[in-house]
Amino acid sequence: MKDSLDENNPRKAWMSVLAKAPEGRVPALLDTVGERPVFTWLRAPEVGSTMIRGRAGGTGAPFNLGEMTVTRCALTLATGEVGHAYVQGRRKVDAEAAALVDAMMQTEAADLLRSSVLSPLEEEQAAAKTARAAKAAATKVDFFTMVRGED
Amino acid sequence: MYVAVKGGERAIENAHAWLAEERRGDTNVPDLSVVQIREQLTLAVNRVMAEGSLYDPDLAALAIKQSRGDLIEAIFLIRAYRTTLPRFGASLPVDTGAMSCDRRISATFKDLPGGQVLGPTFDYTHRLLDFKLAAEGDVPAAPTREAELGEVPHVTDFLNREGLIEEAPRQDTPPPDLTREPLEMPAERALRLQALTRSDEGFTLGLAYSTQRGYARNHAFVGELRIGTVPVEMDIPELGFAVEIGEVTLTECETVNQFMGSKSEPPQFTRGYGLVFGQTERKAISMALVDRALRWEELGEENVGAPAQDAEFVLYHADNIQATGFLEHIKLPHYVDFQSELELVRKLRREAGADQVQEAAE
Repeated sequence: MKDSLDENNPRKAWMSVLAKAPEGRVPALLDTVGERPVFTWLRAPEVGSTMIRGRAGGTGAPFNLGEMTVTRCALTLATGEVGHAYVQGRRKVDAEAAALVDAMMQTEAADLLRSSVLSPLEEEQAAAKTARAAKAAATKVDFFTMVRGED
Repeated sequence: MYVAVKGGERAIENAHAWLAEERRGDTNVPDLSVVQIREQLTLAVNRVMAEGSLYDPDLAALAIKQSRGDLIEAIFLIRAYRTTLPRFGASLPVDTGAMSCDRRISATFKDLPGGQVLGPTFDYTHRLLDFKLAAEGDVPAAPTREAELGEVPHVTDFLNREGLIEEAPRQDTPPPDLTREPLEMPAERALRLQALTRSDEGFTLGLAYSTQRGYARNHAFVGELRIGTVPVEMDIPELGFAVEIGEVTLTECETVNQFMGSKSEPPQFTRGYGLVFGQTERKAISMALVDRALRWEELGEENVGAPAQDAEFVLYHADNIQATGFLEHIKLPHYVDFQSELELVRKLRREAGADQVQEAAE
């Protein structure tokens, strides 16, 4: 599955997990880690859109399907690490927290953040996905053949 | 002579104040929250996102509340808001083959890998009003079974293996965007699909139905209908790689249509395609049928003059915001226009001797 950790690019993987977190979840988990580090904005949080594309026939030429709202920001920690965030929706507070996590994942705090922020998010996202898939599985049709009258 | 007038400001203000009061309704009834609309009128929210062409369930729910449930008005609000957003970029094309499916059915194959998964559907309900819903109460939890988490292959893949259906070969030309360039004819398929995915559901349904009834009949089967979530991935220039920036629910419909063949190619099935924001299957099926009808030229079919084959007719009339904008503007003051018409008809009547006719009658 695409959602699992990308071994080759761990940053891509954690940014994806942060982007898909439910509203308020990243700030809440980040604040369990302790005081937030000092930072300056490279780009203050701003709301914009991304044009989502599909492919004709699922696999053919791309076409524009419609836009989605996205919030992005970038910041620099006092120690120099740069954090970026692109998160779905209009969520400036969440984008700020996601960019902080992205920056802090490049510091010595990485292990702590992985266990306190990223792993819980991954587990929650996997659990939500499994719960939905379990309901879908219960609506799968089991066909059975009626006794034929050929004998 | 026409004399310019001003006025109506107070009347307009008061009309809007009354509108707000009517929107709220009886204050003894609790106010409806935006979250309630988002969670409980989900299919209305989905329609507003699809036709508003902006995926944001909270904004769509707010628009529905503000518009008193008038979905075209809500779509209008979303379209207007959309134009205020800076565009950060375009996503990589979503991979619907990797969809986490809530629903996935095929009307052409009974036994297919991944199975027939009904999902939360109105199909097979008896369409009888459920008076239990009029009383408040908890809903029992939906039954579950062991989850199957693998990717579900597209049905057309099986037919492709035998060469029985036309392929949709991968291409990566950047598509035209009708939100940036005005829609012009002839419109290539990418542009038609963009126009159709945001088109009015009722108009698209009517056109699709017309093809089933014989106007450019191409006998569609629903090869596959799937509803579920896909991740949206975008290249981030400042990072130099793509990240998932969110997840959207989509409905995808692939039709398998009447076959074509030629001297060089053996007969094979053709395809129509629908992909729409949200759980919107009536719209996705309609889109696939209309997409297929519009492909007549490329597939070497006869133009029988059916409305659904006429790209200009379909695409220029499918957008409900354009349509309602032009339609509803005729109720706004046209005093000057009308004054000139009035002068003209009086003049014509004078010339036709209508005054004498009137006198004679008296």
